[in-house]
Amino acid sequence: MRYVYLIFGLSVITVLVLAGFRGSFSERPPIEIFPDMERQPKVHPQSPSTFFSDGRSDRPPPAGTVPRGAFYEDTYFASGKQGEDWGRGIPVEVTQQLMARGRERYNIYCTVCHGTLGDGAGITREYGMIATPTFHDARLRDMPDGEIYEVITNGRNLMGHYRYQISKEDRWAIVAYVRALQRSRQGTVDDVPPANLSELGL
Amino acid sequence: MSKTFPKWTNTLPLQIVIFLILFLGSVTVGITYYFTPEYTRVGYRPPQPVAFDHSLHAGQLGIDCRYCHSNVEFAGHANIPTAETCMNCHNQIKGDSPLLALVRSSYHDGTPIPWVRVHQAPDYVYFNHAVHVARGVSCYECHGPVNEMEVVWHDKSHSMAWCLDCHRHPEDYLRDPALVYDLDWRPASKEAQREAGLRFVEQWNVNPPLSCSGCHR
Ligand code: HEC
Ligand code: HEC
Ligand code: HEC
Ligand code: HEC
Ligand code: HEC
Repeated sequence: MRYVYLIFGLSVITVLVLAGFRGSFSERPPIEIFPDMERQPKVHPQSPSTFFSDGRSDRPPPAGTVPRGAFYEDTYFASGKQGEDWGRGIPVEVTQQLMARGRERYNIYCTVCHGTLGDGAGITREYGMIATPTFHDARLRDMPDGEIYEVITNGRNLMGHYRYQISKEDRWAIVAYVRALQRSRQGTVDDVPPANLSELGL
Repeated sequence: MSKTFPKWTNTLPLQIVIFLILFLGSVTVGITYYFTPEYTRVGYRPPQPVAFDHSLHAGQLGIDCRYCHSNVEFAGHANIPTAETCMNCHNQIKGDSPLLALVRSSYHDGTPIPWVRVHQAPDYVYFNHAVHVARGVSCYECHGPVNEMEVVWHDKSHSMAWCLDCHRHPEDYLRDPALVYDLDWRPASKEAQREAGLRFVEQWNVNPPLSCSGCHR
């Protein structure tokens, strides 16, 4: 009997040595005992495909088509252009809510390079991205709203485009917020409502 | 009468019973320990084709999760970013690093980067990121401290019992939706979490599905 326990003890130790404990790191994919229901032969988002020649299951839209819900009557809203020129003005109602949305989106997608204050001193500047301009100069203060919208949509010079990450509504919200950032450096005491003057100690 | 059996055999039945209890007991313990997702999944950390580091990008640089996983708020699937997203910075930063060779070739000719998938729910389960994130369930509750991971690993078991633990008591996990992407935020105390959680549950009428058809549609 002693031998039986000895063998039993040894096998427990072998299992522990081979299998280790819960939560230890491993590069082996998790075991799936009956994978037929777990991995059904269907197309998943962003998964590889052997059906299409480029190996991707996500298909680009066919050339010349517009997805449902992506067409806008208002061409200024969709393109930033009024006639041949970049338009001026925000084609949606500017509310407190829109500004808050603009600030949130700006802080997700823009601050890393343009900085929270719009001065071009985002975190990436420390790592060698030195070309980021500041919003607080005459050129960008005079830039039409539609052109700022266009830069977000298609990128410009070294900046990539954000047309897939940021929806059209959100792009206009960001434009409105960028205008507010620029305004914040241009304000004078006369812009402050009289009721709030005391908060500034004036 | 001659002794057919030697004396030690008297205790043999008892010994066998004790051994069987011990043996079957350890087999049961072993199976529950080793054949459940807490063992098979947690800690799965596959090497990735590009040495992308969340602790650098999301932690040190402070990039919001949505900068890259931009669909997570709107869609069931949280997308892995395209090479274009990486090249927003890497056309200027470390532009010729050999570690980024795959990203550059993907950017130029569109060949996908073969990222290795870490989290993958079985196909008979319906899971949706947007509903969870919009209701104040942070990435942290389901993916662990991603902003501190150099290589992403599977931090939670993602078993059915684990989903249900939260669906039965969402108040222990919910937070202000503005803090969902702040993976360093922790509630001040268990009581504070419960109190705030109960308020959110009531305010938004949070009612996660417990019936089978909620998740197995
Ligand atoms: C700079 C872009 C970027 C940012 C910012 C980012 N991620 Fe990722 N994430 C990636 C890439 C690329 C992958 C795929 C490679 C990998 O698994 O490391 C990934 C993978 C993941 C995965 C694993 C996916 C799988 O295969 O199961 C999780 C979970 C994840 N990210 C969560 C987060 C969270 C949470 C944050 C915010 C703290 C975040 N990510 C921020 C780019 C990013
Ligand atoms: C917001 C800008 C930004 C984005 C977007 C970004 N990175 Fe980076 N990345 C950096 C910075 C900054 C460094 C650090 C460079 C250094 O250490 O000097 C870096 C470093 C790296 C490195 C290490 C390079 C080396 O040679 O040491 C890799 C690999 C990398 N990133 C991959 C990616 C991938 C893949 C993506 C897309 C999912 C991505 N990055 C998106 C800013 C970014
Ligand atoms: C309620 C739990 C939960 C929360 C909260 C959550 N995830 Fe996930 N995540 C999952 C599960 C489950 C999967 C596997 C999904 C699948 O296979 O369809 C997953 C998969 C992923 C993937 C791989 C791609 C995919 O969708 O399958 C990424 C990337 C990811 N999560 C990122 C995030 C980010 C970023 C956040 C925070 C904004 C987040 N997740 C919040 C549970 C969660
Ligand atoms: C940390 C908490 C938490 C975890 C973990 C969690 N859930 Fe949820 N789940 C919620 C909350 C909160 C809701 C939202 C309920 C509401 O909006 O009323 C929800 C809702 C859902 C819904 C309903 C979606 C709809 O469209 O109505 C499904 C399906 C679901 N969860 C599946 C899962 C699955 C599958 C898992 C495990 C992989 C999981 N959940 C893990 C908290 C969680
Ligand atoms: C909150 C979502 C949720 C609900 C509700 C739910 N399940 Fe599941 N179920 C899951 C997930 C997630 C898995 C996959 C677990 C895994 O892969 O480890 C699963 C797996 C299973 C499995 C396969 C187990 C295995 O290990 O292969 C069965 C059977 C199952 N569920 C039955 C049910 C039944 C019956 C009900 C109703 C009483 C139910 N489920 C309700 C999320 C859910």
